[in-house]
Amino acid sequence: MAKPVTMPQLGESVTEGTIARWLKSEGEEIEKDEPLCEVDTDKVSSELPSPIAGRIEKLLVSEGETVEVGTEIALVAVEGESEGPPREDMRSEGPTEEFPAAGTVAQPAVAQRVRRPGASGGNGRVGVPDAGELRLRRSSPVVRRIAAEHGIDISEIKGTGIGGRVTRKDIEAYVREREAARGPTPTPEPARARVEVHEGDRIVELDSVRRAIANRMSLSKREAPHAWTMVEVDVTGLVALRERIKEDFARREGVRLTYLPFIVRAAVESLKEHPILNSVWDEERIVLRRRINVGIAVDLDDALIVPVIRDADDYGIVGLARRIDDLVRRARERRLSPEDVSGGTFTVNNPGALGSVVSTPIINHPQAAILSAEAIVKRPVVVGDAIAIRSIMNLEVSFDHRILDGGAALRFLNAVKRRLEGYTPESEVL
Amino acid sequence: MAVRNLLQAIHDALEEEMRADETVMILGEDVGRAGGVFRVTEGLQEEFGPDRALDTPLAESLIVGSAIGLSVNGMRPVAEIQFADFIPPAFDQIVSEAARFYYRSNGAWNVPITIRAPYGVVPGGALYHSQSVEAYFCNTPGLKVVAPTFPKEAKGLLKSAIRDPNPVLFFEHKRCYRLLKEDVPEEDYTVPIGEAKIHREGEDITVVAYGLVLHTALEVAKKLSGEHGIEAEVVEPLTLYPLDRETILDSARKTGKFLAISEANITGSVTAEMAALVAREAFEWLDAPVMRLGAPDIPAAAFARPMMDAFVPDAALIESAMLELARY
Repeated sequence: MAKPVTMPQLGESVTEGTIARWLKSEGEEIEKDEPLCEVDTDKVSSELPSPIAGRIEKLLVSEGETVEVGTEIALVAVEGESEGPPREDMRSEGPTEEFPAAGTVAQPAVAQRVRRPGASGGNGRVGVPDAGELRLRRSSPVVRRIAAEHGIDISEIKGTGIGGRVTRKDIEAYVREREAARGPTPTPEPARARVEVHEGDRIVELDSVRRAIANRMSLSKREAPHAWTMVEVDVTGLVALRERIKEDFARREGVRLTYLPFIVRAAVESLKEHPILNSVWDEERIVLRRRINVGIAVDLDDALIVPVIRDADDYGIVGLARRIDDLVRRARERRLSPEDVSGGTFTVNNPGALGSVVSTPIINHPQAAILSAEAIVKRPVVVGDAIAIRSIMNLEVSFDHRILDGGAALRFLNAVKRRLEGYTPESEVL
Repeated sequence: MAVRNLLQAIHDALEEEMRADETVMILGEDVGRAGGVFRVTEGLQEEFGPDRALDTPLAESLIVGSAIGLSVNGMRPVAEIQFADFIPPAFDQIVSEAARFYYRSNGAWNVPITIRAPYGVVPGGALYHSQSVEAYFCNTPGLKVVAPTFPKEAKGLLKSAIRDPNPVLFFEHKRCYRLLKEDVPEEDYTVPIGEAKIHREGEDITVVAYGLVLHTALEVAKKLSGEHGIEAEVVEPLTLYPLDRETILDSARKTGKFLAISEANITGSVTAEMAALVAREAFEWLDAPVMRLGAPDIPAAAFARPMMDAFVPDAALIESAMLELARY
């Protein structure tokens, strides 16, 4: 008897998941808790362990498809029960024609794919597709390159290579035919014009994280009319305070004291005063969130990830420093769970850590606003009638102009500014 | 033009260079009075005397060591190792001395020697008269290694080798000596070291080969064109070290399918270097795995004819590899 495997709930507010890659194919044996597929949610990819042991009878969802939580994604024949469909079924899904090459062994593509029962367990190579599979699905470097240049999915093409592989000649002929077909009837170009690739250019394929960032940024820019405003904050007192206590703090608390906990703390307190910035646009209405879950942007060299401090208003400076340290470390080690990156209600961006003095961040849609804290730089400023050297930081907010206006944004910014400027070298840090 | 086989072309190059430059001399076992075990040096001692066509004792380290000494004293010796299989005693002289002289003297001393080494499988050759040892020298900077297959290139390349200011190893496939004759120019000409030659143009697959297997590859390429419409591009490296990377890569990028064939034991052979080069530099153009053919990793060809034949990649094996690659 076949038992279904369903899309699990991968995080509190996650309602759907995308099958990024099947790690098992039909006919293969799978152990309980052995990875079955990779699932992408908002910004995190995770492996889905199989809840049951048996033989994969059918994969019900194709790669790249997004389904709701609870949807059946695969059928697994449980050991000791019915054998499932006869072998003929599987054979019919394989390549129909073999290309006997003199002196070479005909490639039994399907037979290769069906592993011996138990062969996949515990050998450390689970989920690695074999050469035959890869040949069909991805073909060769040159075919992949041409496919990328022309935006072709190679499964559209009938291959003439070994085991039905798409060869360079196949894909070149396909491109020629496609272009010839377009030629006489000047139909409008498809919406997605491809970039011309010159010799020596390097193609970087999108991974799921990059694609998610791109989609979300586009969505945010398209959906939310962004406005932006900035204030200057004199953080001389805060700088002195941190200088005074940082060594002691590191020794006592075990984490480094940065400016970020102070900024998050000031933002959280100010959000309580100005809840409109902690809200969501919902077409006919605006939903003001009660919980304050602050996302912090973490740069990973090749990607950006925003882990969330849930109920950030529960923590003082010490608590925030610990939470931030933990999240940043796990983000860099790529050990965040879907839970860690979902449910944010407001985002704090910290480009100052990388030296930025002004930036215009994009709102983490559907949140209402994002706060950017820039680098602290010493500048000569007018204090009273004198010129003094002070530590100055720019503080900016990008906001959804549908939800709030410049006045509200600036009132919030000034509240944050007031809090940060309120620190003195003698302030108590809790 | 004169119709010459490989052996005669090499003889002609030696004779012409000795006539043109009195510092050019030959030395080795039986190269003088006997005219060489393969008759390559026949008549040279008669014409140039025993000092310029010098018979040596059976001692390869002496042959190369003396050549080095002569070269730094103004001569241009061509040393013959009667069979490449016997080069190991001279190995130290070649890689430790000849190859480094120019470097360690900061360019003050050149070593203009040429070392001729007949190699490859011949019937009855067995353990000591069939090996392909060229790869030993193809990772020693300071040496140049050439291995022409056709008479025309052999003559021009040997002249380049003799005129080269530093050591050149010149590998001659014994079975190619009398295999084929072609028109060879009588006038003075050279073939540059370091340039490969495309023998046959094609769009479908690239085959790089040298020595006897080059002849086989060319025959198979012709057959596949007629029978299957598969057009193989056949490239001869001519110089094995340093390789003509550009020609090899251009061809690999053009066809996307690459096969390198030699008669040497496959592990660590010159074809491995070509395979690595193509895999690294032409990866984005490849439409099939890089393939190689060579001798199995056993010490040498057997004496028994069927076993000897099994040692060298033959026409059937080369044909099946080329077909497999074309159909991949």
